Amino acid sequence: MQSLQKITSQFIPLRIENVDTDQIIPARFLKATTKEGFGKNLFRDWRYENDDETKPKADFVLNQKQYSGEILVAAKNFGCGSSREHAAWSILDYGFKVVVSSFFADIFKNNALNNGVLPVTVTDAFLQQIFAQGPEATLSIDLAAQTITIDATGASETFEINAYKKTCLLNGYDDIDYLLSMKDEIEAFEVKNK
Amino acid sequence: MGNTLFGKIWDKHVVKQIKDGPSVLYIDKHFIHEVTSPQAFSGIEKRGAKLFRPAQIVATADHNVPTENQHLPIADQLSRFQVDTLIDNCKKHGVTLYGLGHEHQGIVHVIGPELGITQPGMTIVCGDSHTSTHGAFGSVAFGIGTSEVEMVFASQCIMQTKPKAMRINIEGTLNKGVVSKDIILYIIAKISASGATGYFVEYAGSAIRALSMEARMTICNMSIEMGARGGLIAPDQTTFDYIQGRMFAPKGADWDQQLAAWKNLYSDADAQFDMEINIDAADIEPMITYGTNPGMGLSVTSTLPTMESFTDATEKQNFEKALNYMGLKAGQSLLGMPIQNVFIGSCTNSRIEDFRLVASIIKGKQKDPSVKTLIVPGSQEVAKQIKKEGLDKIFEAAGIEIRQAGCSACLGMNEDKIPAGEYCVSTSNRNFEGRQGAGARTMLVSPLTAAAALLTGKITDIRTLLN
Repeated sequence: MQSLQKITSQFIPLRIENVDTDQIIPARFLKATTKEGFGKNLFRDWRYENDDETKPKADFVLNQKQYSGEILVAAKNFGCGSSREHAAWSILDYGFKVVVSSFFADIFKNNALNNGVLPVTVTDAFLQQIFAQGPEATLSIDLAAQTITIDATGASETFEINAYKKTCLLNGYDDIDYLLSMKDEIEAFEVKNK
Repeated sequence: MGNTLFGKIWDKHVVKQIKDGPSVLYIDKHFIHEVTSPQAFSGIEKRGAKLFRPAQIVATADHNVPTENQHLPIADQLSRFQVDTLIDNCKKHGVTLYGLGHEHQGIVHVIGPELGITQPGMTIVCGDSHTSTHGAFGSVAFGIGTSEVEMVFASQCIMQTKPKAMRINIEGTLNKGVVSKDIILYIIAKISASGATGYFVEYAGSAIRALSMEARMTICNMSIEMGARGGLIAPDQTTFDYIQGRMFAPKGADWDQQLAAWKNLYSDADAQFDMEINIDAADIEPMITYGTNPGMGLSVTSTLPTMESFTDATEKQNFEKALNYMGLKAGQSLLGMPIQNVFIGSCTNSRIEDFRLVASIIKGKQKDPSVKTLIVPGSQEVAKQIKKEGLDKIFEAAGIEIRQAGCSACLGMNEDKIPAGEYCVSTSNRNFEGRQGAGARTMLVSPLTAAAALLTGKITDIRTLLN
């Protein structure tokens, strides 16, 4: 897993609530047996007319040239629905390192963290301030300090992340290494609970 | 202070609590399927690690399988490769697989309970958000991502932050024509598609107690649709009677011992919940969804919200977006609206009782000729039982074909898709844009309301067809 410390980037605003994982990556793309290459199908049915890559929908933000960056900003309840980790893989593969929303669905949040994508939960008011910025505006996220800042205005908020996950992300550690190191304790637990 | 049922099971499975971090939670049973497991198998191989407890894993092929001609090789090349990968992985790593053609094959959340694998007090995970279904047995069961599947492969544990506890009490008797699917659609409409995010929900009250195990599974199944990590119901005599005698149920002295332990699985009288909701069963009517998330539901006789009822600009915009996708107007009624498709199936409603309900309505009648149907049993066992009870004859006489077991049109991964722009009255669990096929318009209902639509070709209040 890639480590993540600080990032300053333009952002892509997705002003849609309850973005479910079927929109992030439709089920027909889940037939793959590897984690790579999902980015080109991210938000596939919102991005293209009739599933045709030569016909991008002009009104969808990913197709609007003025918007770019490594940060996706979405309205509340982002990532609800299916547990498919393919959603996190698509977001990462497309080039996002951070997703900002006022509310995340649980499973998506875990999946993102397990792939080095940082979910940043902000207040509704702060989210509206971000949405009010133009396409050139940048956001700065400092994981160690747990802050997100709108660079143009200097407005800033702190965000929550548990200390363990923060350490993992700052250093690029993953949970599986940790769990593999716990084998003796797990075996002892099994014996005790037989 | 007493503990909640959820808390009791969770606490008993904590191997280690990380300071300011998640719990290392021990997992008793791990179900896997073809779609969310291949990357976890390759991950574990890349690390040079082995599966820690392969005997605690059960695999099936359900999401990406055809529901016709299952005896033939899968036509779609990518699908065939994915299903073959599961077969290879299970063989290589010593995992029990109930694959295509096996008598125990079926939707993972149908076969687990059916075989007696799902038992009270267990922790159960699967790379599928509807794993909450197993909570109907008084287990802590929830969906996980593929990285977490790999964690369980590696250590039989996952890292998880303990959710808060919510209890939803439903007291009283259900109205005529109202079944468990209506209860859960009512709850989700009431608290919204994100109303239980961060919580583990216990369903309680006399209306829940009165339900069969299959009806309870339908409720726990859709816990995720309000954002909950999972849902569960305290086990009782109904639970024990269901489990006893099933293939993997404890037997003899072991049964007596387990049963004694299961009887302690309830929330203590003084247990504290972080949130509690009370519902009067009499308030629940047959339900239907009109929008593009499961929280956008109402009773079948109601009218859609009006534009004026929204004060928040983003919410109004989202409502408009949903109506636009669904081809509906604010304030309109749904009754009498023509529909083109009916899907009866999915891990929510594809068990034998669901087919009995549908058969009770369509018996001796013909389906409306304009309606296309996808009727898909949840497992080989359910399909066998349909035949045994002669329900297949009722469906056949009504002009309806019964398919072979799988997830089918619930998620539109195989060829069972709803054409763009058409309405599908569906017993499944998600009405997201494109869920049943690009452009498909899904309306979630109970098996009874689906049966009514089958007969009339329209959205119909099932109560008008009941005597």
